Amino acid sequence: MNGAQDLGGQMGFGPIELEENEPNFHGKWEERAFAITLAMGATGSWTLDTSRFARESLPPAIYLGTSYYEIWTRGLEKLCLQAGLFSEDELASGHKIQPPSPVKRVLKAEDVAATLAKGGPVDRPEPTPAAFKIGERIRTKVMHPEGHTRLPRYARGCEGVIEAVHGVHVFPDTNASGRGEQPTWLYGVAFNGQDVWGPDSDPKLSLRLDLWEPYLDRL
Amino acid sequence: MSSHDHDHSHDHNHSELSPIELRVRALETLLTEKGYVDPPALDELIETYETKIGPKNGARVVARAWSDPAYRDRLMSDATAAIAEFGFTGRQGEHMVAVENTPDTHNMVVCTLCSCYPWTVLGLPPVWYKSAPYRSRAVRDPSGVLTEFGVRLPEKTGIRVWDSTAEVRYLVIPMQPEGTEGWSEDQLAELVTRDSMIGTGLALSPQALEAAR
Repeated sequence: MNGAQDLGGQMGFGPIELEENEPNFHGKWEERAFAITLAMGATGSWTLDTSRFARESLPPAIYLGTSYYEIWTRGLEKLCLQAGLFSEDELASGHKIQPPSPVKRVLKAEDVAATLAKGGPVDRPEPTPAAFKIGERIRTKVMHPEGHTRLPRYARGCEGVIEAVHGVHVFPDTNASGRGEQPTWLYGVAFNGQDVWGPDSDPKLSLRLDLWEPYLDRL
Repeated sequence: MSSHDHDHSHDHNHSELSPIELRVRALETLLTEKGYVDPPALDELIETYETKIGPKNGARVVARAWSDPAYRDRLMSDATAAIAEFGFTGRQGEHMVAVENTPDTHNMVVCTLCSCYPWTVLGLPPVWYKSAPYRSRAVRDPSGVLTEFGVRLPEKTGIRVWDSTAEVRYLVIPMQPEGTEGWSEDQLAELVTRDSMIGTGLALSPQALEAAR
């Protein structure tokens, strides 16, 4: 979706603020927000793509106006409500009112290391041959879906070259919206900076994006 | 990142908690009462990223790539498998690709859409990596971004920016600093900074390492 998360090329955010010896967490609440988000991910109640969509569909003023772990927190509240894990009343009170809904698993301390080490690979068997080969020229689609997509706005309608074939990966656009994984070919695509940003832009820049087959048209 | 983020790490009584602290506390309490999360697992998750998973992991990968040509070849052809040789596997590192800096090409990584970052080798991303200023500018004006990081590249060096749009995670292999030939893997790893593996920095020179001590 064309939400506030799609930041590539937007202007006016000012300089990058660097912090010497930055800690992982700025305060206890960030630690807790991080940990409950990961632990709830392990319950299997939603996919990574669904959780990204929950965050990016926060109102733009909230997305841009709050810190990173607050975005995570608000995203997590939304995911739990959508999944029926608690009610608005329970969220407002901060306490259990109804009995819990069943979840696939509850992460235990002794399983943390193995769960993290396993991760969640998204490569899948190859159902069809790849449509594009390395070296072929493509143009990215012009599209403005209201649902989740991983084709950033700045890279739509641009000409590029297939540089890598990463295999078949879960398709975020469908997986985020409950339409299933619909695995499809993923490519590494190279773009000249000036083909994306125009003739006045840095001639030394080139860009690489990983893009799924449905985002691409043959030139 | 703003100064108010730093003011809440000490203990508070309830009345002093900020709105977001209250919000997170309420959510954690509710999730715990419902039995969806187990508090010791939360502590273990935090502890893991505070002590076990961080940029020191990536530095070891880079140091070995510099000192062992056969390892470097394995890393460039299948980074996921080569990094797994160290036991660095899993979450946010399921599909790794290593990209190598050369005199002609400097690589830099961003995620314009969220905060994709190779946790298995670099740990959790710093605030600036997730911030709007970096995400908005890295893909359009990387030279300007590098200047803010104090990095000046030779005029002839092209900049290749990797926008992490899928689950593939990129590790930049910085150029090995001059005068470090024959150094041990442990010594070399000290030269490898987090930023040099994102591409917003370069590996430290022996002089810079000495000065940093």
